[in-house]
Amino acid sequence: MSNEATVHVEQGAVHEVLEHHDEHHHHETFITKYVFSQDHKMIAKQFLITGTIWAIIGGLMSVLFRIQLGYPDATFPFLEDIFGHWAKGGKIQPEFYYALVTMHGTILVFFVLTAGLSGTFANLLIPLQVGARDMASPMLNMLSYWFFFLASIVMFSSLFVETGPAAGGWTVYPPLSALGDASQGSKIGMDLWLVSMALFVVSSLLGGLNYISTILNMRTKGMTMTRLPLTIWAIFFTAILGVLSFPVLFSGFILLLFDRHLGTSFYLSEIVINGKILPNEGGSAILYQHLFWFLGHPEVYIIILPTMGLVSEVMSVNARKPIFGYMAMVGSLFAIAVLAFLVWAHHMFVTGLNPFLGSIFVLLTLLIAVPSAIKVFNWLTTLWRGNIRFTPAMLFAIGFVSMFISGGLTGIFLGNSTLDLHLHDTYFVIAHFHIVMGISAFLGMFAGVYHWFPKMYGRYLNSTLGYIHFWVTLVCAYVIFWPMHYEGFAGMPRRYYDYSSWESFKNFVELNKVISFAAMLSFGAQLMFVFNFFYSIFHGRKVTTKNPWHSATLEWTTPINPGHGNWPGEIPEVHRWAYDYGKDGKDYIDQTTPVGKDESGH
Amino acid sequence: MTASGYLIIAILALLFVVIFQIAKASEYVSVLKGEKKTFEQNNRINAFLMVVFLVVGLAAAWWCNDLLYKKTLLGLPSASEHGEKIDTMLWITLIITGIVFFITQILLFWFAYRYQASEKRTAYYYPHNNFLEVIWTAVPALALTVLVGFGLYYWFKITGEAPKGAMEVEITGHQFGWEYRYPGKDSVLGRVNYKLIDAAKSNPLGQDWTDVANQDDLHPSEMHLVVKRPVRLVIRAQDVIHDVGLPHFRLKMDAVPGIPTTMWFTPQFTTAEMREKTGNPNFVYEISCDQMCGKGHYSMKGTIIVETQAEYDKWIAGQKPQYVTANPNGAAAAGSASTQPATENTNKADANQKQEGKPVAQALKK
Ligand code: HEM
Ligand SMILES: [Cu+2]
Ligand SMILES: [Cu+2]
Repeated sequence: MSNEATVHVEQGAVHEVLEHHDEHHHHETFITKYVFSQDHKMIAKQFLITGTIWAIIGGLMSVLFRIQLGYPDATFPFLEDIFGHWAKGGKIQPEFYYALVTMHGTILVFFVLTAGLSGTFANLLIPLQVGARDMASPMLNMLSYWFFFLASIVMFSSLFVETGPAAGGWTVYPPLSALGDASQGSKIGMDLWLVSMALFVVSSLLGGLNYISTILNMRTKGMTMTRLPLTIWAIFFTAILGVLSFPVLFSGFILLLFDRHLGTSFYLSEIVINGKILPNEGGSAILYQHLFWFLGHPEVYIIILPTMGLVSEVMSVNARKPIFGYMAMVGSLFAIAVLAFLVWAHHMFVTGLNPFLGSIFVLLTLLIAVPSAIKVFNWLTTLWRGNIRFTPAMLFAIGFVSMFISGGLTGIFLGNSTLDLHLHDTYFVIAHFHIVMGISAFLGMFAGVYHWFPKMYGRYLNSTLGYIHFWVTLVCAYVIFWPMHYEGFAGMPRRYYDYSSWESFKNFVELNKVISFAAMLSFGAQLMFVFNFFYSIFHGRKVTTKNPWHSATLEWTTPINPGHGNWPGEIPEVHRWAYDYGKDGKDYIDQTTPVGKDESGH
Repeated sequence: MTASGYLIIAILALLFVVIFQIAKASEYVSVLKGEKKTFEQNNRINAFLMVVFLVVGLAAAWWCNDLLYKKTLLGLPSASEHGEKIDTMLWITLIITGIVFFITQILLFWFAYRYQASEKRTAYYYPHNNFLEVIWTAVPALALTVLVGFGLYYWFKITGEAPKGAMEVEITGHQFGWEYRYPGKDSVLGRVNYKLIDAAKSNPLGQDWTDVANQDDLHPSEMHLVVKRPVRLVIRAQDVIHDVGLPHFRLKMDAVPGIPTTMWFTPQFTTAEMREKTGNPNFVYEISCDQMCGKGHYSMKGTIIVETQAEYDKWIAGQKPQYVTANPNGAAAAGSASTQPATENTNKADANQKQEGKPVAQALKK
């Protein structure tokens, strides 16, 4: 789209939104402002707070199952008081354990790190950083949140049905997930899981299409694509990944529902369950895995790309240096996004996949490490000769890079099918993906929350608590997940309720205690953050300047508490890229500052 | 809940309040002292903690390795020939990724410390450098090529055809246990049909008794293998997906209902030898189910006994075909059971072919 056209559309949009804004200004009620809000900033907060609540629930679940893993012989009567027969005799029962791990995975992957993360930062940052009054379609944007909310309600209610929620692992492989006779969790809980996820996919598509069209069409004058902050690029690729892969997951789920209720045999073949011989023949359980991982792998990048964007931005601002290799950063995001679609079968090396096909996936999988490496080196160079301010956000950004390195390198083990023969479905995989995705994404998200909290609420989070939060989290994360690599080397399988009867694995029982303890400590630190978060919304130190971090991007040109429409007057025009820090002896040059006559190029 | 439980909660709550009060107070202090001064102080502390974390972290990693390495059994030779290859690959990968790990982590935390904010310096405006970027695209690409090369070389060896003369054993997973089947004298595993599975009729594997290849198939309760003799596993599942996990042989393969899979390997050491090597008198080769299969997944254990040819021969000679268990009324059944009554004739035919030393099927077909 030409610049003129952009400007034209832009002005049209401005006009419309402004009018709209004025019209409704007088009778903005509690409902329209806080509940059915169409303001992207409010929707961002709704996603963030819903995600936070889910994170507490999901985190608590991990504490519960870590109790079982750390203390398999002990009994805790209070568990029975709370959970009844699920924790008979004060001991978490196997069905309960598997329900907990399944819901923990589902909640953290989808509800927190997909919806909570993208929903928050895409909504908050896209209009503010590209210079738009709101999203392309505020209405669809609102619907995106409310579909997520519905999905949440359904998923939450599945925790309370008599047979319990889904319990076959977050990947819900059939036939286990298709047959109620195979597991308690595959009864009504599984249907609720599928319905909830279907609603979730709708929410995700509505959001994603909106993000893409806003980024493409509603940039302010002068904001060419190559002047976009990396946050926006990252969100852009994330949205494309989601839009292209979620429908495939959706189809996989629909077929699973058919197999469950309509007697079809997409995934079922030659099954005898509890002595009952099923009529289904000719289906393939592996088909589901292809459909699942065709989303599943892009999904992990849907989680990590936005945080890469957040971290790049926070790091550049606080190192007072431009991000190193902007174009390489965009290029590697692009390469990751493309490759993300071509590696899914690396989750299936031991399913009986044709070895030749497997070898192609080895090649493509290890290729993905190249753009990942480029990003790491560029972050390191960004720090080099910077003038680093350790705000809590910056600490989390640095922690992110450390974790991403550690977890990315173990991906190189797993992507090599030869090693995956030994390491697949062991604790090595648990360590890999928690470090590279779970922890990294959380650290990146925290960096974002600490950095943009002042823009969201006009107040600061308490920094001392932020420092404690960071150091406790970083140390605990390594204590929890580093030793798990060793368990994986020993072949210790994941998703085991108890290892004490296994000659091969029982020598890790002591270690499991240490890990469980660190997990609880870390959970405590997160609760402290949550407290800090809610306390600071109301009582945090007030922001007194428009641009507290001396940042060059557009969002800091809005008033401290921007209204719906973001800029009271005209939307500023952009004249340069987002990273002029330390140029020509100036601390930073705002994107809205015209390029000076004698300014050096770069 | 017990009194000590309440006490712990009370202490935790107290700790929480104390930390929060300190944090809140530090905010007021910063207002008094001046934001700039507080900022500088915090910045120094956090920069210092960066190196502390690096140094203590590396030391802790060393210590952790010291404690745990021997528990992984990686220090011992792998129990299968494939496992040797996998271990070599593991070491190659460990070394390459290890170098990258140390360099990048050290640079990260060192830069963070070294370039902490200071009035005396300004940040260096350094937006890009094409040469550097090409270097760190090319070097990882090269390293990865090496890894892919080795990896695929081993991968094709491991997933290639089993050598001729490999023994064949079938392993079938169901909730929550493993069944084993040996082909018997004819070295052929008889046909199975899941619709025939019936524990009450002593046919847990759904063997089709009309296929004579089934009549000598054995169904022992453990898997016995011969040391140094290749074995090809035929892997099946009856209900949901399971996975035959062999940590000591460094292998695993899914068991998928309706889609049999295979995997072959050569055990290197007998169970007795492994007991000596590991110094663990209770050592056993365990089969762990490595694919989530329901509430009993964690208990789905199988046992493999690796022994010498002589020991194996003795063991196998003591096994009774499942056919005999399922058809105690005599060997007459076979395909003919429905069409031919078990008359003297058949018995004679049976006797005849025994003398000739031919399998029943051929004798009957004549
Ligand atoms: C250097 C690049 C990476 C490579 C080569 C890689 C490779 C792999 C492979 C081969 C597996 C399958 C392991 C198995 O099940 O046996 C795996 C699992 C996984 N990876 Fe990665 N990975 C990389 C980066 C990432 C990133 C960046 C994320 C997320 C942000 C991620 C998230 C995951 C997750 C969630 C799983 C486990 C899924 C499950 O089975 O539950 N990986 N990775
Ligand atoms: Cu993947
Ligand atoms: Cu299992």
